[in-house]
Amino acid sequence: MIVESISPLLAILCPVIGSIFVALFGKWPNIRECWTMLAAILQCLIVFSMVPTILGGDIIKYTFFTAFPNVDFGFSIDAFGLIFAITASFLWILVSSYSIGYMRGLNEHAQTRYYFFFCWAIFGAVGVAFAGNLLTMFVFYEILTVSTYPLVAHDQTPEALFAGRKYVAYLLTSGCFFLAAVILTYHFAGTTDFTNGGIPNLAEASRGALMALFAISLLGFMKAAWMPFHSWLPTAMAAPTPVSALLHAVAVVKAGVFGIVRVVCYIYGIDLMSDLGLGVVLASIAAFTMIVASLMAIAQDNLKKRLAYSTISQLSYILFGVALLNPMGVEGAMLHVPFHAFMKITLFMCAGAIIVASGKTNISEMKGLGRVMPVTMAAFAIGALGMSGIPPVCGFISKWYLALGTLEAHSLILLAVLMISSLLDIVYFFPIIYTAFFDTPEGEEFGNSRIKEASIFMLVPLTLTAIFSIIFCLFPNTFHIMDLVKLAVAGLGGGV
Amino acid sequence: MLIVEHLPVLLIVISMLAAFTILIVGWWNKKTSFFISFATILVQFVMSIFILRHVMTVGTIYYWFGGWAPPWGIEYVIDALNAYVLVILLALSLICVTYSKRSIEHELPDKIVSFYALFQLLVTGLCGVTVTGDIFNMYVFVEIFSLAAYALIASRGKIALKASFTYLVLGALGACFFLLGIGFLYSVTGTLNMHDLSILLPPLYGNRVVQAAFVFFTVGLCVKMALFPVHTWLPDAHSFAPSEISAMLSGIIIEVSTYAFIRVCFSVYSLEFIIEYVPIFDFLCLVAGLGIIIGSVLAIAQYNLKRMLAYSSVSQMGYIMLAVGLSVSTHHALWGGLTPALMHILNHALMKGCLFLVAGAFIYKAELWNISDLQGLAKKMPYTCAAFTLAAISMIGVPPSVGFVSKVYIILACLDAGGWKIIFVAVLLLSTLLNLVYFWRVIEMMYMKRGEGEEGHSHSSSPVKVDEIPLSMLIPVLTLAILCIVVGIIWLMEIPIIGSFPILDRVNELFGLGVYAP
Repeated sequence: MIVESISPLLAILCPVIGSIFVALFGKWPNIRECWTMLAAILQCLIVFSMVPTILGGDIIKYTFFTAFPNVDFGFSIDAFGLIFAITASFLWILVSSYSIGYMRGLNEHAQTRYYFFFCWAIFGAVGVAFAGNLLTMFVFYEILTVSTYPLVAHDQTPEALFAGRKYVAYLLTSGCFFLAAVILTYHFAGTTDFTNGGIPNLAEASRGALMALFAISLLGFMKAAWMPFHSWLPTAMAAPTPVSALLHAVAVVKAGVFGIVRVVCYIYGIDLMSDLGLGVVLASIAAFTMIVASLMAIAQDNLKKRLAYSTISQLSYILFGVALLNPMGVEGAMLHVPFHAFMKITLFMCAGAIIVASGKTNISEMKGLGRVMPVTMAAFAIGALGMSGIPPVCGFISKWYLALGTLEAHSLILLAVLMISSLLDIVYFFPIIYTAFFDTPEGEEFGNSRIKEASIFMLVPLTLTAIFSIIFCLFPNTFHIMDLVKLAVAGLGGGV
Repeated sequence: MLIVEHLPVLLIVISMLAAFTILIVGWWNKKTSFFISFATILVQFVMSIFILRHVMTVGTIYYWFGGWAPPWGIEYVIDALNAYVLVILLALSLICVTYSKRSIEHELPDKIVSFYALFQLLVTGLCGVTVTGDIFNMYVFVEIFSLAAYALIASRGKIALKASFTYLVLGALGACFFLLGIGFLYSVTGTLNMHDLSILLPPLYGNRVVQAAFVFFTVGLCVKMALFPVHTWLPDAHSFAPSEISAMLSGIIIEVSTYAFIRVCFSVYSLEFIIEYVPIFDFLCLVAGLGIIIGSVLAIAQYNLKRMLAYSSVSQMGYIMLAVGLSVSTHHALWGGLTPALMHILNHALMKGCLFLVAGAFIYKAELWNISDLQGLAKKMPYTCAAFTLAAISMIGVPPSVGFVSKVYIILACLDAGGWKIIFVAVLLLSTLLNLVYFWRVIEMMYMKRGEGEEGHSHSSSPVKVDEIPLSMLIPVLTLAILCIVVGIIWLMEIPIIGSFPILDRVNELFGLGVYAP
């Protein structure tokens, strides 16, 4: 059943209004930050208020206007969209608090601009989550790209400017492909609405055209950082850490992955995908990215860079799960969206806390850091364990489902890929934990313990996300995530 | 006869009279010239809105000069197409004239009177081209606005003289071709009235003279609208003219030539002629496609901001002509026919008008001509830079701006036309990327590059003093920038029901294009 409601509109307006107040109160930092927090909390509450309706099996719709025949510009929220929206809006609260500690701790410049565009980035991300069709998604996707540019280039150093330029060059180019994909989909199918089981009319187009369209769609989602179009992501780590945390582990990259899942499950549909043999193509890309990105992560000494490569690899887990084209795989993929977000944001926030507290960016300099920053490093260890798929952290659950998915697809090769990739995760995460806790500290700074834990504004969010990462493993149904995923997968129909 | 039906001629007459009044009154008091010009254009703009309303609700306006019935007398005809172009033209003129007050006082203090007299003549000429239903009369007005434009471009003196001369030579050449076409048609039909011509011509479509006349019209008008490869006059003229004139040149003058071309194609000749006798539109598409790419590539190579915008105009004219070229082969209710082309005429006027006025603001404030001069300017001129950014991201085509809507419509038209024309989808997307390259460079320079004396990680964020342009310049700039987004949303929203989109739909109906194609 379809429920018309303005709650999506309200949710999306929160960051917009928040951004206006942030700009108006730019001269009074405390009031400015209050507005950010207020907008974040309000948005999160509104998003949560939609959960019961969605769990009841309904779809919430809000239409602004009809842009083209059969293409509305509007929102249509189903279980999968809501999962992404919950993740983005809940983590926004934590990251806002973290940003306050980080930006003040480093005495960063242009903070008003930073908070202003942060609001708009969330606007874009939640818009992508709510979008009811490809056109709407495209609009928010582009807004997301443009609004994150000032965040990426925030430092305004030549390095940051280069990162910003590379970021925009990659993502707006991919935006062109996305637009082409939207228009071609519309041309072939007569609509771009996300439909459970795929758009029926699309199957009438020729095989060649559908394959080409799929390739164009994939190119349109370079935000998913699949190889070989990943190199913008490590470069974009020049951004302040909270930006990397929320945008490059959650909002931006997840928007890309989210888009691909939408295309695979809701535009093409699982049946059509397996008819065309496109699952294999996507699985190969994902498998390649998973392995190669992990190998590249091992070679990085800069902590944020290593995390970036880890993100690239983990994002492909989601693509991998979807490419399996069976319920277990898709379930694993959908679970990995929020779970990876919580774990990765913990890791990034820890990396940022280390920068603020000690100024260290390289792993080799972190010897013995766990002794002076126990809370931060413990949270980091939890995140790292989760990434490697070790219980009791939530990464285990999604990997479990992904593994079941590979078995259901009768593909031992893919299972092997998954296992090797998990092993590689351990290879590049454990040395960090080992270095931090067990290596003997060098240099005099530890002696007189000049390094302390970072401020409470930073410590609380990263502890919370670490705790949530564990809670999600023990009680996967926290926030009804599991119910929502089951609901989303049940709706897919077809071979599922 | 309703008063509205007299408005077309009043529009021309008061404008022309105002030009002379400015000249005469200017002897006594220079300051009056702006106010006379502003008041006249404001009145004209209001008139054009009434005309539009009348055309949409009642129907086409025919005005017979001196009561002489056509084809003996001169006739002014206003249908949906000219009413639409007229409103855009006068709106942009109004914005430019508002902007010009302070900037002309600053830039050309000795030439205020002649500037406004010429500006008024320019507007007269442009209005004349749009309202007339007589092809020779159209030529006369083309000459009026061209001459005014030559003089206005030269008004800065020095290097601008050369730019103006280039334009003069090429513009005169274009006008000659246009006149030759008229002469050819007159020699075979003995009439100059467009409607009369369209009745007399069909039996003569096989005639070489008639076909040659069409080619002359096309070549002549292509020079006037600076379509690649006959765009060579445009970059100099745009970059050295006073900025409000650059905005007019790029935003509406070259588009009025496009209007003239559309008029000649569909009102003098007909769809049948274009499809069967001189199938030139496919060729136009190709030329326009080349122009889109080459214009953008050349724009990337520029370091002077206005010159970069000028090359971008060459590329944007390609968009419009591509859409015109596709118009005969598309049949959809929404993006069929001339809709995308006419849409982009408005959109381009908004975007390019804004960009040129901002470029003018930089020159006004600190003689900043080059892109590299703009370093860190966003702190000093926040509103102007924000306006530039809005217009620039419209040019790139970020939704929901006007540029995005144009792009989507033209791409849909390409797909609708089908066949080999699908390659233009790639051309348009490539052009988007090229636009991105040259506009992003400017945005980055304004916002992200640190200004001088601001080195290092500025903890001591010494507040740069805001030093904005005067309000009378800022308001026009901001109006255009906001319209870039608002109009984009309006285009997107009004699209669904065909009835609610009547102006452009009416044009297609008039010419039998799009869904109304036989």
